[in-house]
Amino acid sequence: MTTIRTPWKPPGTARTGLFATNRRDRWWIAPGVQGILFTTLAGYLFFSGIVWTPLFGTAYEVDGYLSPLFSPLIAPGWLPAFISPGLLILWIPLGFRATCYYYRKAYYRFYFADPPGCAVGEPTIHKRYAMESRLPFILQNFHRFFLYLAFVPLFFLWVDAVGSLFPEGRVRLGLGSVIFFVNVVLLMGFSMSCNSLRHLAGGRLDCFSCTRRERAQHSVWQRLTALNRHHMAWAWVSFISVSLADVYVRLLALGVITDPAIRF
Amino acid sequence: MPPVTNLETHSHDVVVIGAGGAGLRAAIEAKAAGLSVGLVCKSLLGKAHTVMAEGGVAAALGNVADADSWQVHFRDTMAGGKYLNNARMAQLHAMEAPARVNELERWGAVFDRTPDGRILQRPFGGHSHARLAHVGDRTGLEMIRTLQDRAVAAGIDVYMEATITRLITGRAGATAAFGYWRATGSPILFRAKAIVLATGGIGKAYEVTSNSWEYSGDGHALAYEAGAELIDMEFVQFHPTGMVWPPGVRGLLVTEAVRGEGGILRNKDGERFMWKYLPDERRGEYAATDEEATRWVTALSEGRRTDARRPPELSTRDNVARAIYTEVKEGRGTPHGGVYLDISYLPPEHVRRKLPSMYEQFKELADVDITKGPMEVGPTTHYVMGGIRVEPDSGATTVPGLFAAGECAGGMHGANRLGGNSLSDLLVFGARAGAGATSHAINQPSGEAGFPHVDPVNVREATRELAAPLERVSGDDPYAIQRDLQATMQSLVGIFRVQADLDEALTQLAALRERGQRVQVAGGRSFNPGWDLAFELRNLITVSEAIARSARQRTESRGAHSRLDHPETDDARWGGLNSVVARAEDGTMAVSTSSLPTVPDELRALLGTAH
Amino acid sequence: MDTAHLRVFRGEPNEPGRYEEFDVPVEEGMVVLDALHWVQGHAAPDLAVRWNCKAAKCGSCSAEVDGRPRLTCKTRLSDFDLDQPITVEPMRAFPLIRDLVTDVSWNYAVNATIEPFKPPDDVPQSEWRWQQEDIERVQEYRKCIECFLCQDVCHVLRNHETERPFMGPRFLVRAAGLEMHPLDQADRREYLKDAGGIGYCNITKCCTEVCPEHIKITDNAIIPLKERVADEFYDPIQIVWRTLRGRRPGSAAGAELPVLPTGPGGTSDGGSS
Ligand SMILES: Cc1cc2nc3c(=O)[nH]c(=O)nc-3n(C[C@H](O)[C@H](O)[C@H](O)COP(=O)(O)OP(=O)(O)OC[C@H]3O[C@@H](n4cnc5c(N)ncnc54)[C@H](O)[C@@H]3O)c2cc1C
Ligand code: SF4
Ligand code: SF4
Ligand code: FES
Ligand code: FES
Repeated sequence: MTTIRTPWKPPGTARTGLFATNRRDRWWIAPGVQGILFTTLAGYLFFSGIVWTPLFGTAYEVDGYLSPLFSPLIAPGWLPAFISPGLLILWIPLGFRATCYYYRKAYYRFYFADPPGCAVGEPTIHKRYAMESRLPFILQNFHRFFLYLAFVPLFFLWVDAVGSLFPEGRVRLGLGSVIFFVNVVLLMGFSMSCNSLRHLAGGRLDCFSCTRRERAQHSVWQRLTALNRHHMAWAWVSFISVSLADVYVRLLALGVITDPAIRF
Repeated sequence: MPPVTNLETHSHDVVVIGAGGAGLRAAIEAKAAGLSVGLVCKSLLGKAHTVMAEGGVAAALGNVADADSWQVHFRDTMAGGKYLNNARMAQLHAMEAPARVNELERWGAVFDRTPDGRILQRPFGGHSHARLAHVGDRTGLEMIRTLQDRAVAAGIDVYMEATITRLITGRAGATAAFGYWRATGSPILFRAKAIVLATGGIGKAYEVTSNSWEYSGDGHALAYEAGAELIDMEFVQFHPTGMVWPPGVRGLLVTEAVRGEGGILRNKDGERFMWKYLPDERRGEYAATDEEATRWVTALSEGRRTDARRPPELSTRDNVARAIYTEVKEGRGTPHGGVYLDISYLPPEHVRRKLPSMYEQFKELADVDITKGPMEVGPTTHYVMGGIRVEPDSGATTVPGLFAAGECAGGMHGANRLGGNSLSDLLVFGARAGAGATSHAINQPSGEAGFPHVDPVNVREATRELAAPLERVSGDDPYAIQRDLQATMQSLVGIFRVQADLDEALTQLAALRERGQRVQVAGGRSFNPGWDLAFELRNLITVSEAIARSARQRTESRGAHSRLDHPETDDARWGGLNSVVARAEDGTMAVSTSSLPTVPDELRALLGTAH
Repeated sequence: MDTAHLRVFRGEPNEPGRYEEFDVPVEEGMVVLDALHWVQGHAAPDLAVRWNCKAAKCGSCSAEVDGRPRLTCKTRLSDFDLDQPITVEPMRAFPLIRDLVTDVSWNYAVNATIEPFKPPDDVPQSEWRWQQEDIERVQEYRKCIECFLCQDVCHVLRNHETERPFMGPRFLVRAAGLEMHPLDQADRREYLKDAGGIGYCNITKCCTEVCPEHIKITDNAIIPLKERVADEFYDPIQIVWRTLRGRRPGSAAGAELPVLPTGPGGTSDGGSS
């Protein structure tokens, strides 16, 4: 079937040039707000996860709370001081989110203006276009491998959250633990609502009712689909919650605040 | 070889005019026989009326009701048509519909399923059993898409947005179809060994209609002018439930599936008035009480079988339409001149799943949430039972080489069509007309020699006629004539008719024809809707006249034809008689009658004692 | 009575085109298409506009209203601020024919390149059994009314030059309906990747935003297809696995089919008629 050719579309009459449009609604608000929020959070996380440690030391762990950016903590002795241990783990969530279908949509729009909005013109340098059919963006197809990997830190975040209830063998119900649990649930929601997971767990089947096994996969698929409908929301709230959890741990570690807690 | 130089000419063994269900199915049939097939339509492919059909396609598959069979379907069809149907057509239709529906599934259609994994069927007015295979309420879309994909994959040549304005005839019968490309306005000729007409209906003759601009009776008029006969033209179906508000969507269809799923009709006093209007001889088929009707609906929505009988709202269309009309006329209508149709007593989830596009339609166009409150509905012109007289087995018209199928062909539905019987009609007789055209084409010598001679004089005349409205420097505006025509038909040849109105209508139509001959169109040839309308007007006026003359002739009430001055069904005088319209020698329209062919005994036995 | 001020694009190819202004009396519930019809009937009889059903069922009346691709028969005037003019222009991704009518024939040409439904030839139709849940996905894609608004808004088709053609969201939707049909035997993944150019879609979801049938084009059709293409071409683990298991790449054979003998538990009274 490789010989089939799709025909070329004859040119239309769309206006060209960045932001050329006849739209009169405020289409730029959503990408604008998202772009600013995303840049702020991403900048903070980069600073906190990569830059901070070499410059200012290890204020990412305190009293049984380990910042989620550094979990699982791998800081072998040979690691040179100018490298943050976050680096060894952060590439997983980074790769996961960078290749996530939702984030792709978001940053293609607000960073690449490709397109800046629907029925809104693009910069003329975009005229030649390859996107996800060529390097580098063709690598987005490997999203599923980041998905597999992402379950590793996620597992450790559960361990951390549970562990934070028992620092030094005693039970502590602290605000930090609450934040940790909320954070890990949101991260879990994000991973579980992943489009690739939805596909791999059941979407790839053509028949949902043929065998018992397929029926089971169908019900999993249905649940994942329900989560997936809100993938964008999961993406944002988990992004924010990770940042807040990290901020919280750092503020504790720096002694700016103390952790309200009930101890048993 | 073009009969006229410089005229774009295409030659195909079979040319099909119309790309709705009937046309597509005919084209597929001819293509499967290895012929070269051209398919012409005046809209884009896939936009024909068939796409709008909602409720379903009737076929006695027996997936839901074991007791169903082609015999029962046949009987229902004949009873619905008040025994004016061509029995052979009704028989073929009932027998072949299941195979045609299954064939669609083989071609990729995805019908709703029964719990045991087969094609689900829903009940509809006038059908004794749950019989309509469907896909939510977008059955026509599923059907046309399936056929369209099949046709394209088979390699049929499609000419989209080309309007046929004349059939060229000669000694050999129909020899070619002449028309123009709407995009450029340039003329185009299709030579063919056989031509199939599948152009659909005539609804645009009326003000309030569920039909689109395409439904200007082109096929009826083209065939009539080519010398074919039209039968049963007085039978125009007014669908009981069209939207009445807001004004912009007046007439838009509210599918019968709403009643099929349990919708209740009430007047402004909240009275469930359909109880009053059930015809006595069929009362036994309907529920006796509200309670029984509710039991039927509950069983239906839970997918259970039941011994409860169906609600009175599922009476035949002619009857429900008259009931609504009468309620409104007698002052029991809603503020916007309709009645209430209520489905909101069922769970919202269920309503949205079974009637998604109705839900959308009311939400988007009328701000009404049908899961929360009632709709306002009233009768709307929907379908023409009458059409080109065809040979039941082959779809051949009285003109050699000319075939017809679908809504533009007559005979199948008699005096009233049952819901869902049109889509199955398209499939069954589309395929048959395709086969008929195929064997006609195959019987001609192969290659160029087989094409009948096309008379260049006729072609030149058609070309002149095409340009005329644009060349006139003064004349009538086509839109104004159309408005007047619609007003005439709506008020004088509507649901209830009387002699005096029909006489008046004929006088007005004669005047409109005069004006129609002088239309003048502004603008150029490229995609000019005013110009399109100029030809459609000619056809609409011809068809309107055929309706009015036939209606005037039939001095009784039967099915969709109700005469206030002759309210009784007069079997002694009119039973078994079709009205026939044909062009007389002098070019005027002649109306007469002809007897239905005798019904063979084995079919007669199916119909029971009365008939 | 209120009036709406319409600015309607008029023109033919090879001329710059212009906007003509019309004041249209507004009735309750009026949609943009009604207003255009009023213009035809009273002011500009030759205004070219496509329409058929007036009920959002046929997908003929697509245009851009105030810059947004819409079905004009479903766009209500009451959604606009009537003090401002309402601009109506043709779909911009396609060549102009006249006024609001564009040449969409390219779409039909693309459609013809998709391999049609291919049922198994060894299972008679009387044994086909599938459940509502097997086809719910497919039915969503089959709701498409071919309005081509998604094609119009897709930036790949609207704004870009690509190395190979891109089939566009409408036809990814059609392909999804075929690929996920429980009984279909064909494999269109290579076609999607190469001829169809699925890689050009950068899932920016404009198609989903405009679809009048509310098909979740990106999430439910394109992304699952991208994943299926990834299964076949970009997943080394699956490729190795397939090679070890000896399954010919690209063959759908071996998949379970919803047919009577191996059918679901609910077929107790199957085959009863
Ligand atoms: C809103 C609505 C709902 C309906 N619901 C149902 C239902 O649930 N069940 C049911 O059984 N029936 C239903 N019907 C009736 C049924 O849809 C139609 O009767 C049927 O689709 C007619 O099909 P057709 O193939 O004869 O013509 P159409 O599908 O109308 O096709 C006509 C074709 O002819 C072409 N054409 C016309 N004139 C020319 C010309 N001059 N030159 C070239 N081409 C021309 C048109 O472009 C078009 O392609 C419904 C009808 C409507 C309007
Ligand atoms: S999601 Fe893909 S197909 Fe849809 S508009 Fe965006 S680029 Fe085009
Ligand atoms: S997918 Fe939606 S937007 Fe695209 S053509 Fe179909 S109905 Fe229109
Ligand atoms: S799609 Fe967003 S995480 Fe996979
Ligand atoms: S006219 Fe059919 S979709 Fe608008």
